[in-house]
Amino acid sequence: MSKKLRTRNHKVVLNRSVGGDAGITFFLILLGAFMFIPMYYAVVQSLKPLDELWYFPPRFYVVNPTFTNFADMFTSMSTSWVPFSRYIFNTVLISVAGTFGNLVFGSLAAYAIAKIKFPGRKFMFSMVRLSLMFHTTVATIVNFMTMSNLGFIDSYWALIVPAWGATLGMFLMKGFMESGVSDAVLESARLDGSSELRTYWEIAMPMVKPAWLTLIVYSFKDLWNIGSSTYIMSEQYKTFNYAVNQIVSGGVSRAGVGMAAAVVMMIVPVGVFVFSQSRVVETMSTSGMKD
Amino acid sequence: MAENTVTAQNVSRPTARKDMTMLQWTWKEMKRNYPAYIMCIPFFMIFTLFTVGPVVLSAFFSFTIFNMVEAPKIVGLSNYIRLFLDDDIFLLSVKNTLIFAVVTGPVSYFMSLFVAWFINELPPKIRAVVTLIFYAPSISGGVYMIWGVLFSSDSYGYVNSILLELDIITTPIQFFQYEPAVMPLCIVVALWTSLGVSFLAFIGGLQTIDKAQFEAAAVDGIRNRWQELWYVTLPNMKQQLLFGAVMSITSSFGFGAIVTALAGFPSQNYCAHTIVHHLEDYGGQRFEVGYASAIAVILFAVMIGSNVLVNKLLSKVGQ
Repeated sequence: MSKKLRTRNHKVVLNRSVGGDAGITFFLILLGAFMFIPMYYAVVQSLKPLDELWYFPPRFYVVNPTFTNFADMFTSMSTSWVPFSRYIFNTVLISVAGTFGNLVFGSLAAYAIAKIKFPGRKFMFSMVRLSLMFHTTVATIVNFMTMSNLGFIDSYWALIVPAWGATLGMFLMKGFMESGVSDAVLESARLDGSSELRTYWEIAMPMVKPAWLTLIVYSFKDLWNIGSSTYIMSEQYKTFNYAVNQIVSGGVSRAGVGMAAAVVMMIVPVGVFVFSQSRVVETMSTSGMKD
Repeated sequence: MAENTVTAQNVSRPTARKDMTMLQWTWKEMKRNYPAYIMCIPFFMIFTLFTVGPVVLSAFFSFTIFNMVEAPKIVGLSNYIRLFLDDDIFLLSVKNTLIFAVVTGPVSYFMSLFVAWFINELPPKIRAVVTLIFYAPSISGGVYMIWGVLFSSDSYGYVNSILLELDIITTPIQFFQYEPAVMPLCIVVALWTSLGVSFLAFIGGLQTIDKAQFEAAAVDGIRNRWQELWYVTLPNMKQQLLFGAVMSITSSFGFGAIVTALAGFPSQNYCAHTIVHHLEDYGGQRFEVGYASAIAVILFAVMIGSNVLVNKLLSKVGQ
């Protein structure tokens, strides 16, 4: 045991060999390149002027970066009678309305299940947990019938309302409330005569801001990425992702514009995540499949 | 973490009341806690309408012939019999789905776990940047179309131009029409987007582990990082391991959008046709609701079954 202890930044590290560190760094760089290159490529392509896009063989960098592709985005769907900004508006509207409803309804239910001991809460939560175990595609057939009975077909509601009942954010928020909000504080508020709704809003909610952000990130991401949907037929209700796919499938002649649109598509959810990263990770530390 | 000790299990509950029956007590508790039900109504109403209800109804429709116009006609198991005995494309889609799931599920799970574990020792600022690089593809969802451009069929596609330059090929390959290439390419793209919720769950789980445990373990004779991982780290983040598994399994089976975006629908000779596509075909296009429901029920059963199985396996970690 008289082995010399290894240090990193003047701190002793245990059980870490130099070879292992090197191997892991190599692995991370390799995998990181695989993750990063397609996104880098999209950004480079979006900034290329026309002559560089046509340069053969294609270059992996840009000489004279330009934003014309981003400006051309708005004119490129000339075959469609709907202005390009309409697709962006649709996606923003759906994402914001859907996320807001999911946050309000999801946090109310998460609070009740985590912090009020009422009969039936375990069963209700087990349904939510079960829903994480299957993909929502299995519900599409019946949903089509439900939507047409409700008159949601070919309207924003078809995409917004189901998002209000999305389970992942609610599931994580319930877990976070259980470990992050003390029962003693809630109990003393109740003894002071605070109603459950007030306790929820004034005491519990301010304590679970990381869980709000996490719910917002996931809900927003799902809604932002909705492409063509079986429920939407009219061009004026179609989403940004749908429009981007239309441009990209236009092939080489639209490569620059297509990539510009793809960059706009990814920059928004990535931006939302950048601002909330540490909070999301904090929420995740309380995630788990137990009751 | 001190609040962790207050859970549903150790809060005192009224036990063995003699003055009322279980039913009466439940009713009393329900009345006392009525605000909780009101708070749950909006969320659970929508959740039931669009998630629980459809699954239950699909199970019923799977035993019928139903075209959404006439009333459903009960036909027993004939939809299932037709699926397994009469529908070669369904069997192909089951095979493809299993290949996708068996490859992308475990690979994405272990990739998430190891990357999260490796970057956990980086300084916080660098870790945040690295996390973003690995996580960005999964959160930007629809951008896998970039891969369509990288592997584009003409000589301006990046991969084709490299291969042409190096004289490996003489004419551009139509990657997404070339059957042997479609599945592997779609799997690669799926893996590219797969460091998602489970990856963040692992990062979160790793950060909560008390550092003193590693020192204690070293004193107790843990010799290298792999022993430390198995005996200290993993048992401490079991909840996240289970949660991450659920997330990985569900997305690996529900995977179909990537194939549609890259290889088209249907893909060349159905070479990358999955159960999800088959469901879309019969439910969304042919309106054979009964038959499509049977497909949905099978997909549901496969997903739940593998989740239960993997959860059983994972509960043995560190034992």
